[in-house]
Amino acid sequence: LVTESVVEASVPESIIEVSVTEPVAEAPAVTQTAVSEPAPAAEPVESTAAHSDVPEHAPYLLIGGGTASFAAARSIRARDPGARVLIVTEESELPYMRPPLSKELWFSDDPKATETLSFKQWNGKERSIYFQPPSFYVSPTDLAKVENGGVAVLTGRKVVHMDVRENKVKLSDGAEISYEKCLIATGGVPRNLQVIDRAGEEVMKRTTLFRKIEDFRSLEKISREVKSITIIGGGFLGSELACALGRRSTDLGLEVIQMFPEKGNMGKVLPEYLSNWTTEKVRKEGVNIIMDAVVKNVSYKNDKLEIKLKDGRLIETDHVVAAVGLEPSVELAKSAGLEVDSDFGGYRVNAELQARSNIWVAGDAACFYDIKLGRRRVEHHDHAVVSGRLAGENMTGASKPYWHQSMFWSDLGPDVGYEAIGIVDSSLPTVGVFAKATAKDTPKAATEQSGTGIRSESETEAVAVTLKAETTAPPPPVQQKEDYGKGVVFYLRDNVVVGIVLWNVFNRMPIARKIIKDGEQHADLNEVAKLFNIHED
Amino acid sequence: MSYLNIFMSKDRIIFVTKEDHEAPSNAELIEDDPNDPYEDHGLILPNGDINWNCPCLGGMASGPCGQQFKDAFSCFHYSKEEVKGSDCVENFRSMQECMQKYPELYPQEDDNDSAPSGGADNAPSDSVPTSSPESTPATTENPAAS
Repeated sequence: LVTESVVEASVPESIIEVSVTEPVAEAPAVTQTAVSEPAPAAEPVESTAAHSDVPEHAPYLLIGGGTASFAAARSIRARDPGARVLIVTEESELPYMRPPLSKELWFSDDPKATETLSFKQWNGKERSIYFQPPSFYVSPTDLAKVENGGVAVLTGRKVVHMDVRENKVKLSDGAEISYEKCLIATGGVPRNLQVIDRAGEEVMKRTTLFRKIEDFRSLEKISREVKSITIIGGGFLGSELACALGRRSTDLGLEVIQMFPEKGNMGKVLPEYLSNWTTEKVRKEGVNIIMDAVVKNVSYKNDKLEIKLKDGRLIETDHVVAAVGLEPSVELAKSAGLEVDSDFGGYRVNAELQARSNIWVAGDAACFYDIKLGRRRVEHHDHAVVSGRLAGENMTGASKPYWHQSMFWSDLGPDVGYEAIGIVDSSLPTVGVFAKATAKDTPKAATEQSGTGIRSESETEAVAVTLKAETTAPPPPVQQKEDYGKGVVFYLRDNVVVGIVLWNVFNRMPIARKIIKDGEQHADLNEVAKLFNIHED
Repeated sequence: MSYLNIFMSKDRIIFVTKEDHEAPSNAELIEDDPNDPYEDHGLILPNGDINWNCPCLGGMASGPCGQQFKDAFSCFHYSKEEVKGSDCVENFRSMQECMQKYPELYPQEDDNDSAPSGGADNAPSDSVPTSSPESTPATTENPAAS
């Protein structure tokens, strides 16, 4: 755990005596705006009544109300005094962070966590998934008048048309908003398997595409009602949900199955030996893992779902969670005349996240040019924060390229936690350096209870939340050569480190970031690994 | 794991003991330019100005009392008085007044007008220990920071 000692140097404690944004225990009432039902995106319907709360003009218009948008709003407000920022979101919720939806909220002891969406951090402090409570925001109708400006959120409204020549957008209810600077931070929607899409209503009714608060609440309820849940997908989201459900499986008498085409969990991210190791850990969380599984079809029979795999295996289950990727939302590309990237999807933007004059894109929907690592699109939380903040800076005149590498992390139960940065693609050659116990250590000491964490980020920074894993008996001694307890994995492209995984070693992200930034060819990666002090906590 | 695996696989694995890693690293890192315009900065920019966008400030500069906060803190920062900030009382009062209107955002300490009550917890960041991507240069450069 690293204590941020940044502020003490310059901020006298006698003056700053309040703490900011203590999370609210109750779910904030979403009453900032008159929430209307999101209209179908096709033709904007002319409707006068619904316009009453929509401002006609927003100097800063942010399309989308997620992490990137919020980070941009904050950045704009910090840099442009008195800025008036309008966020328009399809959702009925104020901006919130996603990682706890597949992590902390499932592990909370608090029976009301599902309702309040608050969780306890490592230090005992409650934190809400909402970035700010309602009182932080200004109402859209007041935005133009309020003395020092502010951030307003228009919920339940979708931007369906963008007129770049006239610098204005049209909403699903027909209202129009003109802007000076615009951010597109529309994120994406979960992909579905074609076979489920075509399988009919009875199957779709029993399928969750997991992304939003309502999906979390719905799945949490379902987990208490059914006997068997199958997660399709072996990446971050699928594995985290599998672990979260797996942990509850004994108490709930719930069978948890996870299936995916790869050979192991995180097969596209981690080298095979770590993917195998991870798969074992996920199994230990109570998950029945089926690998090399390609779904051929899903049908509803006798009140059960029947999943048929290409190799003929049949799996019966009550409910399916499809965690097979994200489709970036680029619906405005057509009307706005913006380019969509054919390789990575998303809006194509330059190194400064700009699509065209006065239009920037950040977060999951942005396919941007990374000066160090090349063109890419990143779907992680920290990237949304970093890119949102950068977009906000550039919307207020900064002209800075994407430079500060974002990171990501995952926790899959008490034994597997890692942080990563850069291009972490298992098809690249890798070099892994792992800590080995000395001959003097006992097996018990060797399989140490390192600080494993369940972490979720604060709005701008990674927060290390450590729950000490308490085991009643030491794990059986494993062959040292197969114990990937702690270490660092370098991912190489043309002999340059382009990605790093910090495997159960924490608080080393700055050095990892530095190595990627340097972009040097290092003759001996073991020497680079020394910089991480992997033997220390 | 056989040695053959290590040579044949695209994924190399090395196990190292503490002793193996005792000698200092000879890996070369490029010296950072403290004035790099692309880099994120901590609370104070290289030119001495306050970085209102510092993550360490949390929502202080961007919330409803953001302007009052900036005025107060700026005044303090540039104050040349012997007791630094003593010429900023009005600004701080204004800030306090504003913050009192939003107890949800700026929880007040009990029976407390000017006395501090513990630094780190009340620092403007959502201040919990962080493995922060945005530490100030002082903490960023130390690879073994814990």
